[in-house]
Amino acid sequence: MNRHSASINATDTSPAEHLLALYRTMARIRAFENAAEETSRGGVAVFGATTDASALVRGPLHLSTGQEAVAAGVCANLALSDYLTSTHRGHGHTLAKGAGTTAMMCELFGRVAGTNKGKGGSMHIADFAVGMLGANGVVAAGIPIAVGAAHSAKIRGSGAIVACFFGDGAINRGPFLEGLNWAKIFELPVLFVCEDNRYSATTATDTMTAGEGAAARARGIGLAAETVDGNDVLAVDAAARELVARIRSGGGPQLLHALTYRVKGHVSVDAAAYRDRTEVESAIESDPLKLAGRHLAALGVTAERIAEVNKEARAEIEAALAAARAAPWPEPAEAYTDIQDTGAGQWR
Amino acid sequence: MALMNYAQAACQALADRMRADPRVVALGEDVGRGGIFGQYRGLQQEFGAARVIDTPISEATIMGAAVGMALTGLRPVVEMRVVDFALCAIDEIVNQAAKNRYMFGGQGRVPLVARLPIGLWSGSAAQHSQSLEAWFAHIPGLVVAAPATPADNYALLAAAMDCGDPVVYMEHKELWGLEGEVPPQHAAPLGKARLARAGTDLTLVTWSKPVHAALAAAEQAAQQGVSVEVVDLRTIWPWDREMVLASAARTGRLLVAHEAVQAAGFGAEIAATVAEELGIPVKRVGAPRIPVGYARTLEDVARLSADKLLQELIQFVSSDDRKRSIA
Repeated sequence: MNRHSASINATDTSPAEHLLALYRTMARIRAFENAAEETSRGGVAVFGATTDASALVRGPLHLSTGQEAVAAGVCANLALSDYLTSTHRGHGHTLAKGAGTTAMMCELFGRVAGTNKGKGGSMHIADFAVGMLGANGVVAAGIPIAVGAAHSAKIRGSGAIVACFFGDGAINRGPFLEGLNWAKIFELPVLFVCEDNRYSATTATDTMTAGEGAAARARGIGLAAETVDGNDVLAVDAAARELVARIRSGGGPQLLHALTYRVKGHVSVDAAAYRDRTEVESAIESDPLKLAGRHLAALGVTAERIAEVNKEARAEIEAALAAARAAPWPEPAEAYTDIQDTGAGQWR
Repeated sequence: MALMNYAQAACQALADRMRADPRVVALGEDVGRGGIFGQYRGLQQEFGAARVIDTPISEATIMGAAVGMALTGLRPVVEMRVVDFALCAIDEIVNQAAKNRYMFGGQGRVPLVARLPIGLWSGSAAQHSQSLEAWFAHIPGLVVAAPATPADNYALLAAAMDCGDPVVYMEHKELWGLEGEVPPQHAAPLGKARLARAGTDLTLVTWSKPVHAALAAAEQAAQQGVSVEVVDLRTIWPWDREMVLASAARTGRLLVAHEAVQAAGFGAEIAATVAEELGIPVKRVGAPRIPVGYARTLEDVARLSADKLLQELIQFVSSDDRKRSIA
């Protein structure tokens, strides 16, 4: 509901408590995505869907359902003072970095109490107060910004690092090459995270990608790169911890290639009928929450305790929804603010 | 008073700000060796490679990294070499730098200056000669400046670095060697034009290198009994509507001239505004809608000379006089 401390790994806890904390982050993301999906019906005319004026979340809504382990596992290793850049599918990263779910839901609803005062919506969600420098509507566009934030941190000697999330589609854009090369020649403190959900909009990425993919391309530029099961939050956490430790000790940029799966369509109204049914069923079988639940059981955490975490997460999001429904809209005059100081008032 | 050329004036402005403010950094290709036009000469020696940053030929990341730097406490000055190359960074300028503050609800600011030199430049042909100021003036969030003199290159660049908004700063590539006095206290606030010459028969609004052609044309027009007021706009957005409207109201005629292609050029915006506000005769002159050719004979077709301007403004005044006498 309110901002959470991002760094789960800052304090020593038992393996069970640690995993439970990661699980809680994932459960909160899942509840958030489910609620966003539900309230977005009729929100956008695309993929054959039509709009309905009653939709609370309008426009393209890109859900990270099923990809929660990447956000939770990576962000557990970041401090509040570290930076993060995200993609158009950025709710999970934003929440895991510590943004409050009420302000996030208000933003999706376009309300003035939103993280961006209703000016950005889902695709541009950001919370600079927790170092989350923005989701981005343009694939790979966060990469140069992340590199610049890391360059700035190095110049200023702030000690901050940057986690730069992008998808598998982004590695076919120029800024991926430019940004990784730049980060390496200046030895910048960036963790590049390729959150590989296997789809570039409605196209299977492997049909559009030559060579061996993100990790191999990164190695070709001289970065160390690790590939992990992106649905296993413990594996993501462990790999991110190692890479972040290297970055903090001056080891320069690193890349984490996290293999996950986009359970939903490209946007919420995309039924993704272009996919093989068995592929989706198998992905649902390796759902990150289910997997973490099994790990928790093995560590002796009871089903009741897990159910309690799920219930708390749903309650938090229910409260966020209620607050967002009741929250006021921005005044039309707000359309003219936050643009520029020089020339403010000269709108035509 | 100091005599310096247009490139040295900009270099001086940058050096002064870098001395005063450790947040100011410069980045781009070849800046450590002074920049290809000498506009960064000596800066890396004084401020070091960490602040005067030589970069790969990665325009998108030069600009995008500058956005990331600006968001996190630095004030970057970005070198794009020529505006034509900045087209490789158009997402970073238009979707990122310009939109950041608004789309994130005012959480951040992007105080960067992007130097995108414009203009014809001694046989540099179609991809190194464009004047694209209208493209950037069209984008909410951006400030666009185009200095015409060494004094204004000093003062406008200083103002751009202080401004806090993303500024597209457009020097003209045929002005680098132009010498002029740069008075120590000279200021050129963004959004304020300069009355370059007073006159009574016609207001000629222009910016960047054509200011010099305009002044030469005005001098010749005076010998033919036509008194031309020349306004050097200096900032394209926000443009000094107040000075332009006041001048045009006094003279009763407006001619806007620029080196950029005339069709959908920024002159159209000014002419339309003056026509709407004052109802007086307006006229534009710019380049034909052709790419810039290499051969001198082709390049000259796109060039706005003093002779051409003189011809346009004399024609304008005399045809308008005929209309007025008929009415």
